[in-house]
Amino acid sequence: MTGPDIRRRCITGIGVFLLFIMLTPCTVYCEELQAATFLPQWVPQSQFAGYYVALSKGFYQKQGIALTILSGGPDSPPADMLSDRKTDFTTLFLSTAVQLRAGGVPLVNIAQIGQKSGFILVARKSSGIFSPQDLNGKRISLWPAFQTQALAFFKKYRIHAIVIPQFYSINLFLEGGVDAACAMWYNEYHTILNSGINADELTTFFFDRYGLNFPEDGIYCLKETLEKRKDICNAFVRASLEGWQYAFDHPEEAVDIVMTYARQAHTGTNRVHQLWMLNRIRDISLSRHEDVPMGALSAHDYQTVAGELKSNGMIDEIPSFHTFYTPCLGVSR
Amino acid sequence: MKFPRFTHFTLLAWVFPAKRGLAFKIASCTLLGTACIFFAVFFYNYTISHKVVLKSVRDNTRYLTHATVNKIETTLMGVEKAPLLLRESLQTQTHSREALILWMENILNTNPEIFGTIIAFEPFHFDPDSFYYAPYVCRSNGRLQTSDAQRAFNYFYTDWYLIPKELKKPVWTEPYFDAGGGDILMTTFSVPFYQMVYGKKIFDGVVTADLSLEWLQHIVSSINIYHSGYAFLISQSGVFISHPDKDWIMNESIFSIAEASGDMNLRHIGRNMIHGGQGFVPVASSFTGKASWLYYAPVKSAGWSVGVVVPDNELFSDIRHLTIQLMLIGASGFLLLFLMIVFISKRMTKPISALADVTGEIARGNLDICLPDRQSDDEVGELTVSFENMRVALKEYITDLKETTAAKERIESELKIAHTIQMSFLPKRFPPFPEKQEFDIYAALIPAKEVGGDLYDFFLIDDEHLFFSIGDVSGKGVPAALFMAVTKTLMKGIAGDHRSPSDILARTNRELCIDNDAMMFCTVFCGVFNFVSGELVYANAGHNPPLIIPPEGEPQWLNVSPEVMLGVVDEPDYKTQRILLEPGSRLILYTDGITEAMDAQKNLYSSDRLKKSLQAEKSTGAQELVEHIILSVREFVGTEAQSDDITVLALHYRHV
Repeated sequence: MTGPDIRRRCITGIGVFLLFIMLTPCTVYCEELQAATFLPQWVPQSQFAGYYVALSKGFYQKQGIALTILSGGPDSPPADMLSDRKTDFTTLFLSTAVQLRAGGVPLVNIAQIGQKSGFILVARKSSGIFSPQDLNGKRISLWPAFQTQALAFFKKYRIHAIVIPQFYSINLFLEGGVDAACAMWYNEYHTILNSGINADELTTFFFDRYGLNFPEDGIYCLKETLEKRKDICNAFVRASLEGWQYAFDHPEEAVDIVMTYARQAHTGTNRVHQLWMLNRIRDISLSRHEDVPMGALSAHDYQTVAGELKSNGMIDEIPSFHTFYTPCLGVSR
Repeated sequence: MKFPRFTHFTLLAWVFPAKRGLAFKIASCTLLGTACIFFAVFFYNYTISHKVVLKSVRDNTRYLTHATVNKIETTLMGVEKAPLLLRESLQTQTHSREALILWMENILNTNPEIFGTIIAFEPFHFDPDSFYYAPYVCRSNGRLQTSDAQRAFNYFYTDWYLIPKELKKPVWTEPYFDAGGGDILMTTFSVPFYQMVYGKKIFDGVVTADLSLEWLQHIVSSINIYHSGYAFLISQSGVFISHPDKDWIMNESIFSIAEASGDMNLRHIGRNMIHGGQGFVPVASSFTGKASWLYYAPVKSAGWSVGVVVPDNELFSDIRHLTIQLMLIGASGFLLLFLMIVFISKRMTKPISALADVTGEIARGNLDICLPDRQSDDEVGELTVSFENMRVALKEYITDLKETTAAKERIESELKIAHTIQMSFLPKRFPPFPEKQEFDIYAALIPAKEVGGDLYDFFLIDDEHLFFSIGDVSGKGVPAALFMAVTKTLMKGIAGDHRSPSDILARTNRELCIDNDAMMFCTVFCGVFNFVSGELVYANAGHNPPLIIPPEGEPQWLNVSPEVMLGVVDEPDYKTQRILLEPGSRLILYTDGITEAMDAQKNLYSSDRLKKSLQAEKSTGAQELVEHIILSVREFVGTEAQSDDITVLALHYRHV
């Protein structure tokens, strides 16, 4: 059973029943699993370990969901898939989601997994780069879709860099075509290390240390999904968070699970890389404050991201925090 | 519980304890020496063989690696030619779409190793109306498939487009799986081309040639060396392009393997490999599961590196085999050598052991035991004969010694008796005349041997007269003692009837001279002291002059005429001299045992020292004076043995 089937059923005359479902305690409805789909925003890797682990360990089933994880990658842009209702849930970078929402896509953040930026700039010390000022006049490759944070950083430190577009690979940096490149701390940075460049030969710029913390991965669904199937949203978030917690507590087992999906998808990766990724995701996902539960979106971070987007002309208006973010954490079914 | 500390001394003592036999010592020394030589030779042999094998392996792997590199380079260079040629044409001429396609199809027709080719232009460069233009020709099911796509895909950010554009030079891209999602590994040679616009070089696009790496993987994977040696190929970022473990290809890099196993050395080797280095290095088991040797060399045009791996245990299996055989031969040799040495040394030391047993018995006093028969003419045989001679000589000597000892014991016993008798001649009860308050007399004789030649005597002649004498017989021992006894007895007999000391001496001399065949003689000083009047009459026969200590004043020598000793001349002329002693005076008589006593440096005690020693003795009595003199002599002599009899006599005239 797929997502559209359920919706069709909802629309065709059991709206009242659905309302009943939303208000009825779990026990009544646990007997039958509800189908749902989830699209990770990229190919299978530890960046999404929590979801794969939750599925593999039966946490979604336990929450009453028969989940299907769709295969992500360049051929399945999550924003399009979500808008086209080809998936119920997806993950997106906060900045991407804010732009989509401001652009009229009715999506809602129901949990924010990443708390800190994994997005960094990596530069070669051999290019004479040791501090932000050293980037001035240097050739820097940036992902066109995710350059707001880097541009804000350049503005803050008055850096005039020659920006080269960067796409799937980090090879241009490895070949020496640019002095610095953007990278995810949990992914490309480790790829660079495991391409034979030592950490002490690199200078890294973590944006959250320069007052530009852009939290990344969050769980999104369409507004209508949240409104009509709140219980599924809650259940999905709960199971996903349980999956993340389990993955952080059992990294080796989690990486085993991720590797089976990665092999099926032919992504060309290895265990040490996925283990590195899981550990870094753990570093950026665990909350900075003990009283804030995992999965919460900070209003301050939201304002930082949305504010930078607006000042860079990426969005016209900042969507209100409360329409953008509906936590599905503490709500019990 | 206390354990002994194991120093090398205790170790030596343990290996060669004093009580271990000669056979053991010889065997262990020889075996130890042989073992040292064996192990030195063995070690040398092993090291050299190891080096030789390693050198041969290095040569083999180097040859194999470079041959493989050359094959790869030749193919890569063949592929490079076509796009380079096309670039020249693109930069110098303008082409129609059809001409481009034709050219590209020609490339594929003439270069069977090229899988596909593409010419990708910058936006609007080829056609001012189209953003994308990238015609593409590739092989598909044995035919050429051409796509003259106006709307291709956003190729501007792909590695094969972006990297040569930014680096401004032709590049080989990192290998990738073909777009069809199959297992065919591809790499692309991308050449940037430019347009000259108003004398300015402007980037126009990229022309590429795709190369399937299947053939290359085949070349590399077909390499076999030794039993399980293999070759592998890594890309410019260390990713495996070819490896016997298919799971590693495009998944693992040499650095991920190094990270997974924490092998920093492997990471170091990997860095050297991707930086175009070459070498022959050992790699830990983390890389291949076994400790191995790796030869690597770069594929310079693509920035790749070929490595040939040979497991250590295979390289050295022959040496190990040889080593085990050598060890076995060595061990057998040792055992044989040990048995031989034990046998020979047992044989050699057996007569010595027998001899040792017998001599032990001899040492315990059994001189009647028989020595083993002489069995050979070697040192042991000579030792046996010597021991036999020694045993016989010892036996005779001990027999003699027993007799001699018995005789000596008898003589000693007799001498003791003689001493007792001699001492009994002398007055020994002091004070001798307790009823006489007028004077005090004390004497002591310390013989040098059991019996001596000194004499002294004193007795009361009547109620007013005391006779006293001191003498020294020539020689020592029993003859001197006998002569002394005779002299003393004669003097005592004669003095009873005569009051004149010269008469006493003359008469005694006369008796002594009769039949004095032994030609013995005796010095004597004698006097008769009237302890009522204080008059002392005296005569001297060659004796040392006595000392007189007046009550007030220094000790002085008594005036005596020397005269001749008793027993020498028949009628000597002895003179009686007189002196009146003041009350409190003390008279000291002594023999030459006092004045001629010697210390360790052979200095004499001398009469001067005697005189001086008495200067402080103003008021002591006779006994104290005697003891003082003897003590003074003893102190002077120290530990030296007493060489002569010592006799001192002191007379103290109190006259109450």
